[in-house]
Amino acid sequence: MSTAAETVYPDTPRGVPASRTRADRTFRVVATAAGLATLVILGLIGLFLLIRAVPTFHQNGWHFFTTTEWNPDGGHAGVLALLVGTIEVALIALVLAVPVAVLTALYLTEYVSPRLRRPLTTVLDLLAALPSLIYGLWGFFFLQPHLLGVSAWLASHLDFLPIFKTSGAFFAASPFIAGVLVGLMLTPTATSVMREVFAQAPPGEKEAAMALGGSRWRMIRAVVLPFGRGGIVGGSMLALGRAMGESVSIALVISSNFFISAHILQTGGNTIGAHIANRFGDASAAYGLPALMGAALVLFVVTLLVNTGASLIVRRSRSGAGVEI
Amino acid sequence: MVTDVRDRAAARPQPAFAADVPMRPASFRLGDTGALAGSAAAAIAMSWLIYFRLAPTASIPWFAITAFVLFLGVYWFVVRELDGPVLAGDRVMTAVTASAALAMVVPLMLILGYVVKQGYHALTWHFFTDTQEFSIGPLAPATAGGAAHAIVGTLEQVGLAVVMSVPLGFMCAIFLNEIGGRLGRPVRVFVDAMRGVPTIVAGLFVYAVWVSQFGFSGFAASLAISISMLPIVTRTSEEVLRLVPDGLREASLALGISEWRTVWGVVLPTARSGLITSVILGVARAVGETAPLIATAFGSALMNSDPFHGPQAALPLFIFKLITQSPSPNVQQRAWAGALVLMLVVLALFTLARLVGGRTRSVRVPRAVQDASSRGDR
Repeated sequence: MSTAAETVYPDTPRGVPASRTRADRTFRVVATAAGLATLVILGLIGLFLLIRAVPTFHQNGWHFFTTTEWNPDGGHAGVLALLVGTIEVALIALVLAVPVAVLTALYLTEYVSPRLRRPLTTVLDLLAALPSLIYGLWGFFFLQPHLLGVSAWLASHLDFLPIFKTSGAFFAASPFIAGVLVGLMLTPTATSVMREVFAQAPPGEKEAAMALGGSRWRMIRAVVLPFGRGGIVGGSMLALGRAMGESVSIALVISSNFFISAHILQTGGNTIGAHIANRFGDASAAYGLPALMGAALVLFVVTLLVNTGASLIVRRSRSGAGVEI
Repeated sequence: MVTDVRDRAAARPQPAFAADVPMRPASFRLGDTGALAGSAAAAIAMSWLIYFRLAPTASIPWFAITAFVLFLGVYWFVVRELDGPVLAGDRVMTAVTASAALAMVVPLMLILGYVVKQGYHALTWHFFTDTQEFSIGPLAPATAGGAAHAIVGTLEQVGLAVVMSVPLGFMCAIFLNEIGGRLGRPVRVFVDAMRGVPTIVAGLFVYAVWVSQFGFSGFAASLAISISMLPIVTRTSEEVLRLVPDGLREASLALGISEWRTVWGVVLPTARSGLITSVILGVARAVGETAPLIATAFGSALMNSDPFHGPQAALPLFIFKLITQSPSPNVQQRAWAGALVLMLVVLALFTLARLVGGRTRSVRVPRAVQDASSRGDR
């Protein structure tokens, strides 16, 4: 019991005085400003679209959101039919894209042989990198003629479902064809999000499932799919946001009208993006442009909500903590 | 009883059940290939029987669909007989997921092939040297005139967009990865949100801010392109910066080097090839954007090499306008030639990004530093 040992103070780390140099403080300020620039740009987009759309809100009031007709120079314009059409096309795309994306992502993370993985990933990335204009051209000239038979078959055999009903045999330029095209464009994007999420599944739990005598498919059902649920939902929402923002490719394929119709196989439909791309050239400065600005504002707000929701879902889920979308 | 697995297998040359021999779930034996090929042959034969003998309503899509469904069924029964139901389910799901992946490869082939087939007729040398000036009408041959004005426009617009968005994107990535703090999380959400902004909305925004004051110009187009390029550059370069080992940063800071010097002299050079890849990917995306140009560059048939004044053409806009304006096959062939050039540019940029980016992960870092930094993470 020596007194020397008793009086020794416990080890505490010495504080390191952190006084940044002026250059470092400048660096931090500049980098932070660059980070905040994204917020500023987003805010400016919303603000300027709103300012420019004011005339159309004066003209139409709240009816802008409840009118289906688009005739700004004749005194009324409304975004309702466009918005419904946008959601319709996006949902068709999603219904087709999500199952294929989930299966492909599972194949790429769990089944594929290592030799095939890299070429297949390259194909996916390449599909995601092709411009939507090229998709649109291909969809109009190649995909559409081949899909008419599918449309005709659905219309004649499944017409007990309201969405497949048609009045007359006009199947070209329909929301269905636009939806299939957008679905093709989105599958690679959705796949790569889901692939990253599935790849994060904890190896310990996967091996435990295998060690209990399960096959790979049972392991996937027990571990990978429950674990990756957030990624599936988030990836699908991200694809939904992209589908709603698509403009040029849909403008090439669809023939525009302004009705709300659930008959997806029938000629004629519209989306906000396609409408702006089609009408910008001949919009009048007094009424036409403000109405287009209003439509763009609606599209901006809707896609912002969907995309932010998707990114939050992926990030908050246990699976997506470090995943980039 | 504790014998080596291999001994047991060797002691019994002809196992009664294949399932008695331990096997890895992913391994694929010769007999499995036989089961696969046999099931496929049986399914095709049954499908042929249905459509060519029993109900002769042969159409190729129905034949393929029936054959595929039959194949899954036959395959399941065959594997169940050989290896039991657990493995049967797994094998069938392997076939289903592999078909989904194959279904992704097919459109790529179709798109590439179709664009080449449609585009190469009208693609002559004049396409790169002439413009659509001198009233080239719908009746002029497909090879009349070219897209030199559009190519110049695209080069200038994308070039200006790179000058604006790359430094900002890199700074933003540095902020996210090196500084972060309380603001890091919201900024990351904003970058994601910005990535989702529809490009046509970006175009109308620039129209509202810039074009309505100063008129259509290539510079306005590059502003709109920057809005869609900035988040791509930010996110990809941030991922690259994250791969730089913390040990390098800490070593530099421990030597008393200031923060910005560490970033400038250590972090950025280490990540150089990855950063170049992120720029190339951003450019590949920007080159093909059509929607932001409609309300900003507006398009023109004439050469306008001044990006700051007057409407300017761009390659995507050239294609879009030709296709939507005239149903004449000659005009459309010119558009297809443009599409072929655009696709080749995107393919070339993509390949370049792969070649440069292939070296990203093998950042030249001493082994010890890597080990130390990975231990520090945990």
